[in-house]
Amino acid sequence: MSDAVLSVNFAGPHVSVQDGGRKGFMRFGVPWSGPMDRRSFAAANVALGNPADAAAIEVSLGGLMLECLSGTVSFAVAGGGFIIDHAGQKRGSWTIATLKPGQKLAIRPGPWGSWCYLTLAGTLQTDHWLCSASTHTMSGLGGGKLNSGMKLAVTDAVQREDREGDIPCPVNARPRHEVRVTMGPQQRFFGEDALATFANGPWHMTDAWDRMGVRISGPFIAPNTTLDMPSEPIVRGSVQVAGDGVASILFSDHQTTGGYPKIATVLDCDIDALVQLRPRDIVAFRPVSPQDAIAIARATIEMDHRHRFAISQSRGSLDWRLRTENLIGGVINAKDAATPSLPPSTPAATTSERSWPTSRLGLPGLSSPF
Amino acid sequence: MPVTPHMERHFPIFSAMAEHSLLVEFGDQIDRTINSKVLHLDQALAEAPFHGFVEAVPAYASLLVRFDPVISDHSLAEAALRGLLDHTSSLGHPQGQRDVAVCYDFDLAPDLPAVAAATGLSPEAVIASHLAGQYSVFMYGFAPGYAYLAGVPEAIRLPRKPAALRGVAAGSVLIAGPQCLVSTITMPTGWWAIGRSPTKILTGNPAGPFLFDVGDGVRFHRISRAEFDERVNK
Repeated sequence: MSDAVLSVNFAGPHVSVQDGGRKGFMRFGVPWSGPMDRRSFAAANVALGNPADAAAIEVSLGGLMLECLSGTVSFAVAGGGFIIDHAGQKRGSWTIATLKPGQKLAIRPGPWGSWCYLTLAGTLQTDHWLCSASTHTMSGLGGGKLNSGMKLAVTDAVQREDREGDIPCPVNARPRHEVRVTMGPQQRFFGEDALATFANGPWHMTDAWDRMGVRISGPFIAPNTTLDMPSEPIVRGSVQVAGDGVASILFSDHQTTGGYPKIATVLDCDIDALVQLRPRDIVAFRPVSPQDAIAIARATIEMDHRHRFAISQSRGSLDWRLRTENLIGGVINAKDAATPSLPPSTPAATTSERSWPTSRLGLPGLSSPF
Repeated sequence: MPVTPHMERHFPIFSAMAEHSLLVEFGDQIDRTINSKVLHLDQALAEAPFHGFVEAVPAYASLLVRFDPVISDHSLAEAALRGLLDHTSSLGHPQGQRDVAVCYDFDLAPDLPAVAAATGLSPEAVIASHLAGQYSVFMYGFAPGYAYLAGVPEAIRLPRKPAALRGVAAGSVLIAGPQCLVSTITMPTGWWAIGRSPTKILTGNPAGPFLFDVGDGVRFHRISRAEFDERVNK
């Protein structure tokens, strides 16, 4: 065990340190922050043998280039279909390999997705605020954004050969074009027509996005501005409509309150896949009852736990488990009745050539991102 | 069922937000009586959280209550909260008293002359009025440490500026309508900057990272430029 030092040769905008998030301070104006796509973030950590919420690096479409100055450290990349250029070899995200002194690692946008996560086998040295390394981008508090020229230190860095190879990408980590919403809580500001218009769409993501939220373009549904409302709490997933009819969906670094009416709230369990959409992608909102929202969330959380457990086993012990008992068969319960909506541009998934026995596991709902 | 604007609303109103939250509305105005109902439920919930409760966020007229959808649901949460409503009448929320220092020198108070001109007061009278206000923390919102203080005296209440000004310094003492706040980060704002405070709202103290609790009373006191500089450079 030793330390590894990495230099940041290039970091695009919106590349930052994130961990499991900063909960419990919403009443002081502090959103949870944390990863935009928590599902892929946790996958990148547990597949490498880290705690699910360990501090790691969130990479945007801006991309990231690192160089290992000293030490040897295994890393995982999960989230989206980014292109990983490591030691002269190109592969897709959802992979684990090891970075050695003098080697370079470049992460660039690939065929799909907007966010991916780089986790490191060791402890990433980073600033904390309120017990969390998550970067709150508006204030810069927490671990902070990555900038070209800075260095990253990883203490207790190790190589985890038993984990190298591909990570199965769960289907629900794919971009989601239809998200479930509960209507309101300020639907009284909108006429019946507007509520139907909202549900009918069509809506598109725009390039006005950051970690606070994304503006969406679509039909005109301006609220009735003769009504006034005092600022009310906002959550990740709130769909707010400004007086001029501009609608946005709020994300990880959302402001905690706001005076614009919220026409709907996206289910939290659909947001991680929603943020993987890209500008101009189509997005639809499907209203569900609160009861259905609970049922959908519970099924999704159970599926996520099963996937996380399956990939958290080291390769050695997984092989052992496969030889001794048939635990894995059907481990991913494709109960998520909502059909995963793949973007039309996504290339057909091909079977992984690497050592992870995806096909042998017969996991429904798992596919290689490339 | 969507509530249309012409329908009369009977408070409290419980609205589901996604799979994890209820918004409890006690009114639709910025009003001390309504806000105290929010704070009463907030405190009752802190003292007797229901199974699966995660976090509560008080605002002017509403309380957001978040729960774990694996453990609880909207109906269970609403029942628990209605039970707490019945038992909050005897409770009083804690009310600390906080002091905030302000320097009103013109270069730290870029909008003081404009506020004076708009209200017909002298700059010194604007300062005296601001200092005389009885403030209390109604809510935090927007960004870390942005505490919305109600209690700006009538004489200096102005609507916000028609357009936001960029790069208003952290620590600015801002007013708009009945509200006042001390900013914690440099940002654009349409509120009027009438002073600058060296008092840290984000204290940097892990045991008490925020200066105010919602419900606290707040008094401003005037400091000299020399004291401001000393405290900022300390």
